[in-house]
Amino acid sequence: MTAPAVIAITGLTKTFGDKRVVDDFDITVPKGAIYGFLGPNGSGKTTTIRMLCGLLTPDAGQGTCLGFDILREPDKIKEQVGYMTQKFSLYEDLSIRENLDFVARMYRLNRRKQRVDAALNDLGLADRQKQLAGTLSGGWKQRLALAACLLHEPKLLLLDEPTAGVDPKARRDFWDEIRRLSAAGVTVLVSTHYMDEAVQCDFIAYIAYGKRLIDGPSATIPEQVGLVTWRVEGPDLAALEQRLKQEPGVEQVARFGAVLHISGTDKQALDATVARLQAEGTHRWTLQVAGLEEAFIYLMAGARDNFARDTPQGAAA
Amino acid sequence: MSGGLSIAGFSFGRFSAVLIKEFIQMRRDRVTFAMMIGLPIIQLLLFGFAINADPRHLPTLVEMADDGPLTRAILAGMQNSGYFDFQGPVGGIAAGEAVLRRGDANFVIVIPQNFERDVIRGRRPSVLISADASDPSATGGAVAALAGIVQVAINETLQGPLQSLAGTAPPFSVDVHREYNPEGKTSTNIVPGLLAIILSMTMVMITAVAIVKETERGTMEMLIATPVRPLEVMLGKILPYVFVGYVQTTVFLIAAGIVFRVPFEGSPWAFFLGFNLFIVVNLALGFLISTAARSQMQAMQLSFFTILPSILLSGFMFPFAGMPAWAQFLGTGVPATHFLRIVRKVMLKGAGVGDVTGELGALGVILVVISVIAMLRYRQTLD
Ligand SMILES: Nc1ncnc2c1ncn2[C@@H]1O[C@H](COP(=O)(O)OP(=O)(O)O)[C@@H](O)[C@H]1O
Ligand SMILES: [Mg+2]
Repeated sequence: MTAPAVIAITGLTKTFGDKRVVDDFDITVPKGAIYGFLGPNGSGKTTTIRMLCGLLTPDAGQGTCLGFDILREPDKIKEQVGYMTQKFSLYEDLSIRENLDFVARMYRLNRRKQRVDAALNDLGLADRQKQLAGTLSGGWKQRLALAACLLHEPKLLLLDEPTAGVDPKARRDFWDEIRRLSAAGVTVLVSTHYMDEAVQCDFIAYIAYGKRLIDGPSATIPEQVGLVTWRVEGPDLAALEQRLKQEPGVEQVARFGAVLHISGTDKQALDATVARLQAEGTHRWTLQVAGLEEAFIYLMAGARDNFARDTPQGAAA
Repeated sequence: MSGGLSIAGFSFGRFSAVLIKEFIQMRRDRVTFAMMIGLPIIQLLLFGFAINADPRHLPTLVEMADDGPLTRAILAGMQNSGYFDFQGPVGGIAAGEAVLRRGDANFVIVIPQNFERDVIRGRRPSVLISADASDPSATGGAVAALAGIVQVAINETLQGPLQSLAGTAPPFSVDVHREYNPEGKTSTNIVPGLLAIILSMTMVMITAVAIVKETERGTMEMLIATPVRPLEVMLGKILPYVFVGYVQTTVFLIAAGIVFRVPFEGSPWAFFLGFNLFIVVNLALGFLISTAARSQMQAMQLSFFTILPSILLSGFMFPFAGMPAWAQFLGTGVPATHFLRIVRKVMLKGAGVGDVTGELGALGVILVVISVIAMLRYRQTLD
């Protein structure tokens, strides 16, 4: 990594009232990377992203985004960042074209008409451009929102749970596009709940209660989590699954088709249990390297909604 | 750091984009649009007719200490005018006052003893009329009509040798005592004032709601994630409603002229200056409110809160000069106070620009203060 990082921030902190929503957060994102933000609801993902693009003022922390100081130069950062909000935030009472045109004007783009036309064509919405944005389905809204934040060809994309509530096909198409952008040198920071999105990321940071618990290249995540995983094949997996859940050392049983992945962080206890069951001779057991899938399930299962007792969720604010 | 006033980097393109967007949204929001145009008409009609400019058949009591032909002619003339409905006699001044206070009658008329004889002898006796002026619009028309009625009665009654008395200076005087409201405003005074109230009400509320709506729907997050500057947002969102203010005022002036025959005596320029300034002040106030409100509901409530002083302290409801010093002090800070004066001076008293510079100056000062506070409070962040 010789090129300077696109995002290089340390000690980022944000407090709402007496709640530390983001707590002493460090983040470094290299150019062209897809950086995944994992964490349960209320863990501070949206708040962190908002601070990166100058929508919230950090209480503490310093660093740069695209080479600009996050505290002193938010206007410069905004020029080059495309931010896709968690909730659809284009104007529902404007047409598709009017929305794109408005965004293009906000960035003072030249060749505005051509750019908007091109975006409409890429979207496949050219013939529906007069339709009000509010009448689009969830999947189309998401594509429109992405198109809107790509209009000014940003160098950094901030995507906040971009595919929440979107069907799997649309989600795959979306990720194809993200991959293509990343290959073209655009840096992408994306927060997500979904495993199939997490596995697409080059780097992953896992946050809970505003704290960064795990961070690194995707391949190192299972190791960082410290999971030991056994793979089991054989008859009547449903019964075995029930039984395993009671056994010592077994923290997670995940089914992948005709196999079970049994994982735990206490290697000794898990190995002891496996040795006992292996002796029964009914199933075939193999020790395997824990994958990102297991690590993801483990992380997401272990964390309940953060600040879940807060009612209502202030996420919209 | 990213809030506050910044002129630097102002982009006319972005400003006009916000402006165009706002116009499109306004056009699509039929209900609000209808409200903006319909509200002034409805308010004008409601207020205007509730405070009916020229009500008739007002209950009247008479104490007649003299009962000659002239007296009877005067009373007949009053009855025929349609303004007065004689309910019966009243026993003495004190009883008459009690009746007025209870509101059982609007007028008590006292014709003194030997009235007719004194008229003939040229002693100019007084007909005393006590009017309940607490609702000036109710009694104003009747009082105004009185002198004419009496004159006609005299002309008709004093024939023959007494003819010489008619046509010259009235051989008696009419003493009108306006009880409870010495200023004795008339509806002509109230209808122009209504423009100040209608504009305060709609302009403040519409702007506040229009901006808070962006926060509530989440579109503000997208908007301020772009490089747009606060001043561009503020101007772009305010100007479309200046246009609405124009439409409302035009509708109002036409209705006031046609329905209530309110005159427009003075300089249109003075009016134009005053009302532009007043509209912008209200829009800035709406913008300020939007920086404090978290929901459209709150914005409405806060706007309503600002309308009360406009009604109560501006001189619309109570004569400004009659208010206690502290209320006058507060009232001076209320934009409607100054606009009200401009409108009344221009429409009723024929004022020109030179006559309203004081009020224009006051509005200018209020505008600057409100705008500066609003811009300092407006955050280009979601904090
Ligand atoms: N503007 C705000 N005011 C007060 N609390 C907030 C605000 N925004 C977010 N929060 C709180 O901060 C916590 C983290 O929220 P958020 O960053 O939206 O989490 P995530 O995106 O990971 O779900 C939540 O408890 C939320 O209620
Ligand atoms: Mg979120």
